[in-house]
Amino acid sequence: MASTTAKLPVWADVVLLPLINVALAFLVSGLLIAALGQDPFEATWILVRGAFGYEESLGYTFYYTTNFIFTGLAVAVAFHAMLFNIGGEGQAYIGGLGVGLACLALDQSLPFILLLPICIVGAALFGAAWAFIPAYLQAKRGSHIVITTIMFNFIAASVMVYLLANVLIKPGQMSPESREFASNAWLPFMHEALAWFGIEVARSPLNLSLVWALICCVGVWALIWHTRWGYEIRSVGSNVDAAVYAGIAPARIIIIAMCLSGGLAGFVGINEIIGVQHRLLLDFSAGYGFTGIAVSLMGRNHPVGIVLASLLFGALYQGGAELSFENPAFTPDLVVVIQGLVVLFSGALSYMLRPTLERLFQRFAAPALVEA
Amino acid sequence: MAASGAPAIVLRGINKHFGPVHANREVSLTVPAGTIHGIVGENGAGKSTLMSILYGFYQADSGEIEVAGEARRIASPEDAIKAGIGMVHQHFMLVDVFTVLENILLGAEGGPLLAGGLAAARAEVERLERDYGLEVDPDAVVGELPVGLRQRVELLKALYRGAGILILDEPTGVLTPQEADRLFEILRSMRERGVTIILITHKLREIMAITDNVSVMRAGEIVAERATAETTREELAELMVGRPVLLRVEKTAARPAEVVLQARDLTVIDDKGVVRVDHVDFTLRAGEIVGIAGVSGNGQSELLEALSGIRPLDGGELVVHGTTITPERPRDAHHMRALNLAHVPEDRQRMGLVPAFQAWESAILGYQDDPQYTGPVFLKIGAIVGDTTAKMARFDVRPAEPLLGSANFSGGNQQKLVLAREIERQPEILLVGQPTRGVDIGAIEFIHRRLIEMRDGCCGVLLVSVELDEILSLSDRILVMFEGRIVGEVPGAEADARTIGLMMANAMPDEATVAADG
Repeated sequence: MASTTAKLPVWADVVLLPLINVALAFLVSGLLIAALGQDPFEATWILVRGAFGYEESLGYTFYYTTNFIFTGLAVAVAFHAMLFNIGGEGQAYIGGLGVGLACLALDQSLPFILLLPICIVGAALFGAAWAFIPAYLQAKRGSHIVITTIMFNFIAASVMVYLLANVLIKPGQMSPESREFASNAWLPFMHEALAWFGIEVARSPLNLSLVWALICCVGVWALIWHTRWGYEIRSVGSNVDAAVYAGIAPARIIIIAMCLSGGLAGFVGINEIIGVQHRLLLDFSAGYGFTGIAVSLMGRNHPVGIVLASLLFGALYQGGAELSFENPAFTPDLVVVIQGLVVLFSGALSYMLRPTLERLFQRFAAPALVEA
Repeated sequence: MAASGAPAIVLRGINKHFGPVHANREVSLTVPAGTIHGIVGENGAGKSTLMSILYGFYQADSGEIEVAGEARRIASPEDAIKAGIGMVHQHFMLVDVFTVLENILLGAEGGPLLAGGLAAARAEVERLERDYGLEVDPDAVVGELPVGLRQRVELLKALYRGAGILILDEPTGVLTPQEADRLFEILRSMRERGVTIILITHKLREIMAITDNVSVMRAGEIVAERATAETTREELAELMVGRPVLLRVEKTAARPAEVVLQARDLTVIDDKGVVRVDHVDFTLRAGEIVGIAGVSGNGQSELLEALSGIRPLDGGELVVHGTTITPERPRDAHHMRALNLAHVPEDRQRMGLVPAFQAWESAILGYQDDPQYTGPVFLKIGAIVGDTTAKMARFDVRPAEPLLGSANFSGGNQQKLVLAREIERQPEILLVGQPTRGVDIGAIEFIHRRLIEMRDGCCGVLLVSVELDEILSLSDRILVMFEGRIVGEVPGAEADARTIGLMMANAMPDEATVAADG
């Protein structure tokens, strides 16, 4: 195993390989678009301009990016303990419930400055609680985390439908949504926040959650590589026997890592519920939890990689929406296909080209290394 | 073998680089057909790389390979098998739940349906077993066979594929002396039938006992070739290391003091319900080395794990510094360390360090909570790296780079890193498992001296090793384990390999003649 990692220089592994994977995904997408009788170059141009071309589009791109950072970090933290958390979707959903309940209960009585920390804690606690049950079952009963977390996504969806349709629904309306929160529960939009400093930007759903997401990145980086808890998580993840030898209880670490993971996923609720929607509603998790798996894989489970991968997926979401808006031939379904191809190539097939790349490096780069 | 007189293997000018490491440098080697050829060398000398090139795991950067007089390009193990080369690995490549016959057939099924292949294979395997004296029941499930027999299955596998040239990588590591002798008989009978054997080993005794010729490798080069009859162990050891080596450990008589660890009626049952440690009683005193001899798999590993808190007790009790540990009051590895007990585990790759970690991270494994290494929140990375650098210097770990990945150190250097971590805590009890497994001769000498120093510094050392020579040369008292029980205790000064070997096979001296003849 050691020799397989040693064959590629680090930069080729963390930069070149993901870039090649994305390029391949776009190549296949291009062929698909061409097969539909459209111009793939025009489509690419619309997509890029739609994602980065003007202030509002940038806002949307960063807004999506925020969600992907949270779910990507969630997958990464669990992955460092060698746990495959497929339940980010459900944890994000239930995390949002935590935020919503906090706001519905307290928005009449508390000012924003007190309500915000409670919302953050609520998102983390609810997300963590939703991850705790599969974690406990894995740690103490050996139930496979992949199976249980997938199940918990469905349970989360059903719970939310029940609560919104029966308990939290605003009386007298048809759609299953709660009442709107009082404005002291709203997290400021980025265009509002920047306006305080006299910077005028276009309106978009982008809000201060992005700042929290970046803080979480730094936090995860410090936790994983600079604290003994991260040390213990990585020990359990990469060599359970050595961890037991070191007096670390794997069951405890599995539960801690999964709860951290669930808590991070829960922060999607901050961005969506108090950042954008200002009410509790259905389906706001919108697949972010699943895409987080691809984000984390592509970002090599490192916060810096996750931010970059999140940006790519944010751009795809926003640019893709623009694409189907500009040219009716690009149906929303086609956009989903393109996103799916990127997930496929950079997530599921992320190591497909690795042996080829290794051979190329051995042939051309290795002798040069030796001479040097 | 058709080209009579042509050497079985000729290697010419083999070069192999791994990044900046020149693992094989202009290696040329000729192995005459029908001989047993030994290759010795320290870890990292390049002997495994060379054999991996011959068996097609790696490709040489340059150089030629000739098999039985024919130039060959060996790009994969399949090519090697086609050329008539077989390899028996140090760690067996067998499917435990398959029968012997199914294992032999694996990869050579000869069609989509197994029935025909199995019948043909059975006849062929029975012929091979007769011809080479490799008796093993073809219908036995491999997982239930003792190691010695599993090795025969590996030999049969290679022969079944028509191997006329066999590479054996450290074949006696897991065998009793008697089993090893039996293996050598088999190898000799193979040689008589024209099979060429290349034996990779670090045990010079074996080289002397069985090979016809020997090549010594050092730093990627073959530094000497000798006819075995014309050389000595001392000469080979010196050639391997490049300087004179002390093969025998020098030590004074032990001065045992107070009891530091006492096991009473200790019982350990594994996950499958098998009793691994069976009502074991013994004491360990400060200032002595107690060696536990035994064939691998007779409960020594489980005993070590139980003593160090990795595995819970299922019966009996353990007293360490007045703390009594029972099945009802278990202590994990963390607590045991707090009782001033250090543990060098048997398998450093699996347990002693985390291969994915950098050296400094592995160098605090088990002590990551120590205030010396961590603050309330953050690891004191600077302090740890400094501490690791100092340890690396004192224990001569090469390269002395604390930021290098743990997996990138050679076996001997990994072991020195683990020893440094455990010994420098100045423990009162030191549990050591297989301290020199896969470690080169120069490092063995160093490790043995350190263990004696620990003893002289009034530490109680419990040594578990399958290397009988190591047990004999280090121990003040020797306990022999067989099937989870302690079947004998011998004072170190009075012990000899033959008696201990027979005890290890649970054939006590009075039954010895029968066992030896049978």
